[in-house]
Amino acid sequence: MVTRYMLGNEAIAYACCEANLDFASGYPGTPSSEVIDTLRAQKLRDFYVEWSVNEKVAFENALGAAWTGVRSLFTTKHVGLNVAADPLMTSGYTGVKGGFVILSADDPYAHSSQNEQDSRIYAKFAGIFCLDPANVQEAHDMILTAYPLSEEFEIPVLFRPTTRICHSKSNVGLNEIGKDGVGTEHRTGDFGKDPKQYVVVPAHTRILHKKLIEKQDAMAEHLVKLGLNRAEIKEGSKTAVIAGGIAAEYVREILPDDMSFAVIGAYPIDTEWLASFVGRHEKVLVVEELAPVIEEEVRQVAGKTGVFGKKNGCVPYDGELTLEKVSAAFEKAGIKSRRSFAPVAPVADLPPRPPILCAGCGHRAVFYAMKKVFGKDAVFPSDIGCYTLGIQLGTVDTTICMGASITIGSGISHVDNKQIVSTIGDSTFLHTGIPGLINAVYNGANQTVVILDNRITAMTGHQPNPNTGITAKGEISPTISLEAICRACGATFVETVDPYDLLLLLQTSTKAKDTKGVKVIIARQPCVIAAKKSGLKRRRLTVNPDVCIGCKACVRFGCPAIEFFDKTASITELCSGCGICAEICPKSAISQEVI
Amino acid sequence: MTQQAGTGTKAGTSRGTGDNDSFDLLIVGVGGQGTILASNIIGEACILEGRNVRSAETHGMAQRGGSVETHIRIDGRYGPLVPTGAADMIISFDLLEALRYRHFLKPSGTVVSAEGIVVPISAFQNNIEIPSADWIKEQMSDIKLITVDAGKLAKDAGSILSQNVVMLGAAAKILPLNKESLLKAVEELVPKKTVEINKKAFLLGYESA
Repeated sequence: MVTRYMLGNEAIAYACCEANLDFASGYPGTPSSEVIDTLRAQKLRDFYVEWSVNEKVAFENALGAAWTGVRSLFTTKHVGLNVAADPLMTSGYTGVKGGFVILSADDPYAHSSQNEQDSRIYAKFAGIFCLDPANVQEAHDMILTAYPLSEEFEIPVLFRPTTRICHSKSNVGLNEIGKDGVGTEHRTGDFGKDPKQYVVVPAHTRILHKKLIEKQDAMAEHLVKLGLNRAEIKEGSKTAVIAGGIAAEYVREILPDDMSFAVIGAYPIDTEWLASFVGRHEKVLVVEELAPVIEEEVRQVAGKTGVFGKKNGCVPYDGELTLEKVSAAFEKAGIKSRRSFAPVAPVADLPPRPPILCAGCGHRAVFYAMKKVFGKDAVFPSDIGCYTLGIQLGTVDTTICMGASITIGSGISHVDNKQIVSTIGDSTFLHTGIPGLINAVYNGANQTVVILDNRITAMTGHQPNPNTGITAKGEISPTISLEAICRACGATFVETVDPYDLLLLLQTSTKAKDTKGVKVIIARQPCVIAAKKSGLKRRRLTVNPDVCIGCKACVRFGCPAIEFFDKTASITELCSGCGICAEICPKSAISQEVI
Repeated sequence: MTQQAGTGTKAGTSRGTGDNDSFDLLIVGVGGQGTILASNIIGEACILEGRNVRSAETHGMAQRGGSVETHIRIDGRYGPLVPTGAADMIISFDLLEALRYRHFLKPSGTVVSAEGIVVPISAFQNNIEIPSADWIKEQMSDIKLITVDAGKLAKDAGSILSQNVVMLGAAAKILPLNKESLLKAVEELVPKKTVEINKKAFLLGYESA
């Protein structure tokens, strides 16, 4: 056993290696991305790992591998599970041979997400296991439990950490890989033909569904046996608290020593076990983040016991829990706590500091040109990526889910005569943008699609995609052509521009505006962070204070390297040398530094 | 080797006893200033001393020049988030950010902040007035505030990039960790070429506070 200070996602990846993982696939998404990133960074990598094109693709790859008997992992953020929901919903029917862990990281408070959906409900929907760790150590330990559990029941295990597990660090006890053979027993896949299991035609699937239903009780009982769902009964305590996920940690910190406590670490919950625990008490408080999954089960078995939770306003449905909120839940339920924490309000009206596009980011130039050419009346549907930050520049009017910039745009174009300019990143275009483009061309939409091609999946931490030219393993991959893909989708207007060439960008945008049909502009410039990391250096820009008239045209561009003091603009060391500000300045007061 | 969660190191429904058993702090600043490295150094020092530690970081989009916060609970055994009004200390790399997060501090706590203010770019665009350093300090006159000229000390140490380690050094007298463990953690975690600069930065910060 070694102890290390580790990120939750690193501990999860490490545990997968301890558990003899053979295959891993995923699509990047905060807060899940570092699991695959950690796996692919392992020096001794005796398993297969890939970044896939999207979550459905990743899920099916991992499922296929699990069918051959190897241990498999699929990673996604919660909303990515929607993309993979099609295979997910039938994977319980087909089951698996090798252990299959579906890691779906939830994001209460939507720190980096479009919603706050709860993956535990998906597990119930699909009839599969769900493991819900309370802390980083437990996340590690649960992975070691998940693989044999999946194999014993031949059922996938949905593993559901949240942001505060994935992006928390703690001292973690690990079984050192390589020592005493830990993590060295790898399998070779051997797909055994069994159409009754793997071909879900109606005659087969009806039988498979019955089998899945029949497994549920034994699954629930087993989770109690494993201690994943556990209760500590305090004799004489009329009150009990039940908590799941990280909420169990908040409860532990304030729970009186003489009060009964149950932790739900896994689903399905054994109803009889739950009923017997609840029935011993007059009052039960249920504390969990997001949906009232535990609470609904508790209410069903409660009988005369009073249940407190979300449904009577003690615990919020939305956001993430904190010690303050859990303290308040105890108070609202009329339960004494060992400690209490009252919320303190922050200082009001401080200037906000939202995240912004980097200095030299090519997206900013595209947004500048779009606004200039298409004007304020145009509609700007956008997508999921760093470029969603374009909302600050007034060029992001819609964002709902991956790939929806093109489809929302084409939908609007059929019923509204305004100019439509959809923006989508290269990774997002490959993820789910392509069907939307084919559909737009096929059905005669009238819109401009700008592919913001920075050659990488930037926002989630610079993961490679098929457009980058390397794989997750760092191997060179075959070149793909966005131009050829767009033309193959039927688009005839496909123009590639360098967003640092502002004049060409403006001309191409004007040409697109004046053309009917679906127009594609590919704005290609490597992500400025990735470029810097690979050693690219450009000379910084500088303002000649004698020429600057203080018109603020450069300031309005919104680059974080441009400051404005004493009626003059200046450029800080954040400048990465893109030179757009020099093109914007009406007095040519900005030029490259002379070294 | 397969270990079941029920028998793992952190299993059962074990509960805590005794109050204030962790030293809670926040490290705050602007994305890109190195808050995560600073927190890693503290975490590593805890491991070197065989102590529990819990922390929570800002990842993803919030890093893009936005306001960032890392919570650390030294000797923490429960959740990683520090409650408001309960932090023993706030280390801030920016004076404005120190004020933004001061509500986390308990009345007897200490703020250790760098002197400078990185002006949010939106302030230039939207003509928002940025409060002066004096006004910000005035707002924190009811609490213990230590300010450090981190930029100057980092330059003295040999690199402006070592400001985060300067700040850590400045906080070290209050942190319940040995100076030696922190220095060893600095040595282990910073890039090899910059070990001497960062050790010097730590010591300059330590002496300044």
